[in-house]
Amino acid sequence: MTIPTNSDSTRTEGGVDTQLLPSPVPVQLIDHHGEAHPDARYALPDPQALLAGYARLISGRRINDQANALVRQGRLAVYPSSHGQEACQVSAALVLQSQDWLFPTYRDTVAVITRGVDPLEVFTLLRGDWHSGYDPYELHVAPQATPLATQLLHAVGVAHAAKLRGEDTVVLALCGDGATSEGDFHEALNFAAVFHVPVVFFVQNNEYAISVPLKNQSVAPSLAHKAIGYGMPGERVDGNDLAALLSVLGAAVDSARSGGGPALIEAHTYRMQAHTNADDATRYRAAEDVDKWIPKDPISRLRTYLRGLSLLDDAVEEQFAAEAEAVAAAIRVGLNADVEVDPQELFAHVYTQKTAQLREQADLLRDELSREAVQS
Amino acid sequence: MTQISERAAAPVEAPARPADPSAAESTARSAATAVTFAKALNTALADAMAADSSVLMFGEDVGPLGGVFRITDGLTARFGPGRCFDTPLAEAGIMGMAVGMAMNGMRPVVEMQFDAFAYPAFEQVVSHVAKLPNRTKGRVLLPMVIRIPYAGGIGGVEHHCDSSESYYAHTPGLTVLAPATVRDAYLMLREAIASPDPVVFLEPKKLYWSKEVVDLGELRRAFEDGSAPRTIGSAVVARSGTDATLIAYGPSVPTAMAAAAAAAEEGRSLEVIDVRSLVPFDDETVCASVRRTGRAVVIAETPGFASVAAEIVARVQERCFHSLAAPVRRVTGFDIPYPAPKLEHHFLPSVDRILDTVDELQWEDGQ
Ligand SMILES: Cc1ncc(C[n+]2csc(CCOP(=O)(O)OP(=O)(O)O)c2C)c(N)n1
Ligand SMILES: [Mg+2]
Repeated sequence: MTIPTNSDSTRTEGGVDTQLLPSPVPVQLIDHHGEAHPDARYALPDPQALLAGYARLISGRRINDQANALVRQGRLAVYPSSHGQEACQVSAALVLQSQDWLFPTYRDTVAVITRGVDPLEVFTLLRGDWHSGYDPYELHVAPQATPLATQLLHAVGVAHAAKLRGEDTVVLALCGDGATSEGDFHEALNFAAVFHVPVVFFVQNNEYAISVPLKNQSVAPSLAHKAIGYGMPGERVDGNDLAALLSVLGAAVDSARSGGGPALIEAHTYRMQAHTNADDATRYRAAEDVDKWIPKDPISRLRTYLRGLSLLDDAVEEQFAAEAEAVAAAIRVGLNADVEVDPQELFAHVYTQKTAQLREQADLLRDELSREAVQS
Repeated sequence: MTQISERAAAPVEAPARPADPSAAESTARSAATAVTFAKALNTALADAMAADSSVLMFGEDVGPLGGVFRITDGLTARFGPGRCFDTPLAEAGIMGMAVGMAMNGMRPVVEMQFDAFAYPAFEQVVSHVAKLPNRTKGRVLLPMVIRIPYAGGIGGVEHHCDSSESYYAHTPGLTVLAPATVRDAYLMLREAIASPDPVVFLEPKKLYWSKEVVDLGELRRAFEDGSAPRTIGSAVVARSGTDATLIAYGPSVPTAMAAAAAAAEEGRSLEVIDVRSLVPFDDETVCASVRRTGRAVVIAETPGFASVAAEIVARVQERCFHSLAAPVRRVTGFDIPYPAPKLEHHFLPSVDRILDTVDELQWEDGQ
């Protein structure tokens, strides 16, 4: 992956700049046996950074498990788990600086929490109190997007505005493999390339869009190959290798920050669980297919690697597990408490000032509720 | 399609002119002159961009060309390609990028080239433009304007003449405006750009080259010093009358005015209400008029079924029932796709059709 300096430079008289093409196999720095492999282009991150990342993986896995349990207990309406994709989640948050923006989807709860957003505010959506619970400006995290690929264009707009003001802001926008079939994916990549704005598009290819496998979405050599069609660099990375993700995403973010324009990164990972708890994955994929991915788990390989460096031992593992448990406990306690939602809020934010019609409707509901309160 | 654009784009007095960056300033010095609706919009954009560097204008062909209707004429030359620029041809892209820019401190104004070409952007409009402020409990506001050259009466071929207001008006979170006069074109666009809420701004194509004697410099001063009356959420009495109320907006206002003038010659006094702000809707002004006259006809150039016109009829009926001497009637287009140019006159509400409907409003004395 070579970074062009401006959006025109990819179209040359002599032909196409094939350096925009991704590597033929996904970049991997630590294999699933925990062995490191040097790469000419991507340096292995500092071991301390990997250790810190490992702690976040442990936390991320615990958050996924906790959220699934809360769905079973009826405390959350639904949870799209990122179990198995935690390395993508953690790296997406860790490569950004405070002035940068993250644009997550419904699947990226762990990324949002890793960026620092209060988990209870994140779960407002899935608990059903409101459509989004955190202030996007506080940590520069957009609301988790549900309509597929639509958020990628917002990411382009945020980056474009920042660029016009000469600000040092990079935007990292997440989407899934299925979302790359949407028109908004195409429009976002094309706009980002034409306006040469600092957006890193990060596709978590977990091989499924609900029940539909990737081969029904696209027959491109890889999703990252699509980048060259927009004149931006594409890269493929092992999505269960935190080291490779930090290095590849980090390089794309650095390049975008220094004026190199947008990039498309595809992480090869796997959705280890059903689409959500409401889905029955046995209807469309075999258990053996899932089992093949168990040895490729993002946590186990990094554990082996860090233990090999003597950076991780039982005591440190216990400490990380305790930290993760504390996060889970806070989520449990928070979500077991009922929160009052004021029904008047339904009318308060449709416009900055209530219209006459909304005032009438708000009064009607208030009246209804006060009569109910008197009766009961 | 190009043919239509060019024809519709040709101003009455002159064809596509070269960029005139000083045009907006010169109006400041001049007193009242005959100004086109298009010029008023162009001046409003220029004035808003001059007043606030976060105001941006983008869309298809809005840069050096100045838009197929020349509403953005001269803006790129005056403000530079960072402030007024062409995008790739992708309406969802334009809308979605505007959302992101509005999230991040800008006040984007986007042009959808024609009403029917705004549909690719519909998901962005409905799922994000309209809902993002509510989704975030007002933490994220979207001060953006979606300008749409809209409706028919210009002999346009298919996909160039849709009256799409009902789609937008039905979507909570959007402010929907449709000016009908040159003065309102200026003031309402300034107000739309200044609004903290997203605005769908419907520009009746057939009015682009209509003229009115106004002093744009005076309007600018009145808007900027706050003395101009606010237009969002307020309808106006465009013509006073006593016998019945014609309720119109955007392209149907001049038709209603012509009908009222014709009725006056026949001795019937019709009041005309220019709704101009479809959302928020001004029940007060509309109902006050109907209570005075006791009769009402709603006029709109759109299929009537499940339309803004249908909503107005319902609201008037609910609020003014005891003041009504006759059922509230509608004169709208038929419930058919917008017709081809040679047939559009059958579709559009005409003075005759309006007067016939007024005649049917159960006048006891058989007038
Ligand atoms: C525009 C749109 N169409 C359909 C859906 C319903 N839907 C939600 S998730 C999903 C699958 C998306 O798959 P992918 O992009 O691979 O992401 P993943 O869920 O695997 O993370 C679908 C079809 C939607 N949210 N938005
Ligand atoms: Mg997927």
